[in-house]
Amino acid sequence: MNLTIALFGIAREIVGKSSLDLTVPAGQSAAGLLADLRLQYPALAGLRSLAVAVNNEYAAEDVALHERDEIALIPPVSGG
Amino acid sequence: MHHIALTDQPIDVPAVLQAAESDEAGAVNAFIGTVRNRSDGRRVVRLHYEAYPPMAVHQLGRVAEMAQEKWPMLRQVAVTHRHGTLEIGDVAVVVAVSTPHRADSFAACQYIIDTLKEVVPIWKKEEYEDGTVWVSAHP
Repeated sequence: MNLTIALFGIAREIVGKSSLDLTVPAGQSAAGLLADLRLQYPALAGLRSLAVAVNNEYAAEDVALHERDEIALIPPVSGG
Repeated sequence: MHHIALTDQPIDVPAVLQAAESDEAGAVNAFIGTVRNRSDGRRVVRLHYEAYPPMAVHQLGRVAEMAQEKWPMLRQVAVTHRHGTLEIGDVAVVVAVSTPHRADSFAACQYIIDTLKEVVPIWKKEEYEDGTVWVSAHP
């Protein structure tokens, strides 16, 4: 299945673009996606934390992703 | 009631305070976060805030709801966060709450700004005279 991942902050700078189109196995989990991305972009592994957001909520690691989900990579937040 | 906003324009602080007012409240408590000129001993020139707008607004609403659960006497919660490029002294965030009595208003206001910093997808990049750093990105 095809996923579009929105990227922000330092994750956007590491990947070099603000959105990434990926083809992943059906039923790919949030943790699986993170593992793939850390392999492809090793600098992501050096971040203090990295979360996956699905439809505006933080996703648990075992959550299965779907094609129509709005998916984003959330590096350590620093608002306020 | 929650009044949540994300804006790339200067924050109208009195308007946020006004949104928190309630005839049932004897206290309006506000936190105003501003851009400081130093960070870890380095001179900060300006800040760049990046947001994931739909999720930031949604998560700000969640934080307000969690505060409402912890402090059921909360009357109004108003939070406005700015994004884009901010200069020294600019207001980055305003949190304002109202409660019948003041002790709860201090506690609820602190909870909201502390939780905002942990969960709301907004990122701050500090610009120095000789470079930039995404705040808290690395261990």
